[in-house]
Amino acid sequence: MTDDTKSALDAVDEGPLPSEAPGDATAAPGEDASDHASVAAIIAGFGDSVLRHRWAAGRQAVVWVTPDKCHDILAWLKDDDGQRYDMMSDVTAVDYGGGRPIEVVYQMFSTAHKHELRVRCPLPLDALEIESVCDLWKAADWLEREVFDLFGVTFTGHPDLRRILMPDDYAEGHPLRKDFPLRGRFSRAEQTLQALNQNVDRFYLTGDMDHGAPQEVAEAEVGLIEAESSDGEGE
Amino acid sequence: MTTRTVELNVGQSREMGVGGGGAISPIAPFDIPEPGIGTENMLINIGPQHPATHGVLRLVCELDGETVKKVVPHIGYLHSSFEKLGEYRTWNQIVPLTDRMDYLAPLIYNCAYVMSVEKLMGIEVTERCKVVRVICMELDRIFGHLLWLGTTAIDVGAFTPFLYSFQERERIYKLHESLTGARITTSATRVGGMMADLPEGWLDSLLEFLDTFPDTLAEVHHLLTGNQIHIGRTQGIGVIGAEDAINYGLTGPNLRASGVDYDVRKDRPYYDYETYDFEVPVGEHGDCYDRYLCRMEEMVQSVSLLRQAMARLPDGPINVEDPNISLPSKTDAMSDMESMIHHFKLITEGIPAPEGDCYMAIEASKGELGMYVVAEEGSTKPIRWRVRPPSFVNLSVIPKLAEGHLISDLIMINASLDIVLGEIDR
Repeated sequence: MTDDTKSALDAVDEGPLPSEAPGDATAAPGEDASDHASVAAIIAGFGDSVLRHRWAAGRQAVVWVTPDKCHDILAWLKDDDGQRYDMMSDVTAVDYGGGRPIEVVYQMFSTAHKHELRVRCPLPLDALEIESVCDLWKAADWLEREVFDLFGVTFTGHPDLRRILMPDDYAEGHPLRKDFPLRGRFSRAEQTLQALNQNVDRFYLTGDMDHGAPQEVAEAEVGLIEAESSDGEGE
Repeated sequence: MTTRTVELNVGQSREMGVGGGGAISPIAPFDIPEPGIGTENMLINIGPQHPATHGVLRLVCELDGETVKKVVPHIGYLHSSFEKLGEYRTWNQIVPLTDRMDYLAPLIYNCAYVMSVEKLMGIEVTERCKVVRVICMELDRIFGHLLWLGTTAIDVGAFTPFLYSFQERERIYKLHESLTGARITTSATRVGGMMADLPEGWLDSLLEFLDTFPDTLAEVHHLLTGNQIHIGRTQGIGVIGAEDAINYGLTGPNLRASGVDYDVRKDRPYYDYETYDFEVPVGEHGDCYDRYLCRMEEMVQSVSLLRQAMARLPDGPINVEDPNISLPSKTDAMSDMESMIHHFKLITEGIPAPEGDCYMAIEASKGELGMYVVAEEGSTKPIRWRVRPPSFVNLSVIPKLAEGHLISDLIMINASLDIVLGEIDR
């Protein structure tokens, strides 16, 4: 593709001016969501830690909180009788690109009170670390692993923070970050080379199990097989 | 020498006796002397290429004899980075990515995605479109449950329900094909409406399906629900209590089998679900058998919902009449200059969205399906498009459910969770 064509396509990518989409009166986003009971309660209890709050599209309340108090606020939202957000529907993150902070998003629902709330927590790129909520909701286990895998956010206190969708030895970084190119960081040749040179045994001798007994046995067996095969070659 | 008690759990059946009399197989606890040699736990790997894992799921199990001590699931073998791809596509171009996630119930994913985008943009779709989408979603709920039914039954040795359910699925495939032109990768929805209105005679075909499908379902009920082998393999297996189920984020039939009455259609209604007359089946034991019963009843409820939706289907346009969102008709685009320019601009530029984010939860066949879209002012592509896949969260509970059960029960537990790896790995 020539540079001219590419820049023309990029211009198309930028898109047209915003049109006037038909408005929905109830969905009008505003900067003030303090009439949501939970939002008002968070402001009352953790006023210093609330960065801002708003009604998002579809009349969904969103609160931005600081990372240092995020775990405390979520724990309070789960255990307080008036809130009872007992279901952690989703944990994810948003990278806006351009050096802006990555925001971790918690989507919660209360099965008792039937209300929902979204908590967002911006993390500056040089301090991508936040306390895990795995101790509160078991559902956060895999969801946080996914955010760690795809965005590189470290969840302190997580019992098993490993990559989940990408391979354990994936060396190209965190794919959903905006600075990650669509085709990956390595060239196709390098990617193929890495795939071919993988140590296949490693996938069958995982360190998954805490106590080492089965793993040691398996490793010993593999050693035996390798020794036998090398003997065979010698003859 | 130590001894341990072994219970042989043999099924009982009065029909099985010789000469017409009742025959009761013994459930006999007896003592087997344990050999005086040391044993070691065994590490066994199931999958990723294994028919009983229902996709490219890999389970690494630590076994003591046949008892599962620990399970570690490994996922990601089908990872296609749909969410990243979505960031490079305009709103409507993402629709084909969605049906490739849950390819067992593609129309639900099509609908859920455009619903979240419409909510973000504040678009109110037409009444006809709402009802058509309800029809699509309920049809695919049956579609998804039927695959679960067939494959789960085959996992416990019952082959016939597999044939019955796949015969019925074939009829839904044909309905898909005449509605969208594709059997699996439907891509039927567009922002602001549908790709096309229902084709002529489609509702008659659907009605024909609805008339005969309950008979097949009743036959499967007859084969499985009171079947001693099926009961023995499912009751009391993989039990999870209500509080744990909520804490683990289970949704859909898996959660309701544990006695939690949570259905997005009832608790956060969309598309006038509150005006339909249907019941949400809730179990009480939280085991594989209750999950089975919940799904069987959901299919019956979906048939009723489909009939209600067909009865109330209004006439009128299926797409919103907004030139910024809906394409002109193909005839106009090919014959009229302005329409062609309009068509071209809308395709190349896309639909601009307002700044904001939106999480739209709907009840998919596997549980709460959340679509989270984030946009900046005027962006024609999402900044972030996140799918909250129900089976991803449901699968994460399997180490807890399988612990202490036999390895054959692990297969049943895995099947009863109704996972689809396309949406887990995305």
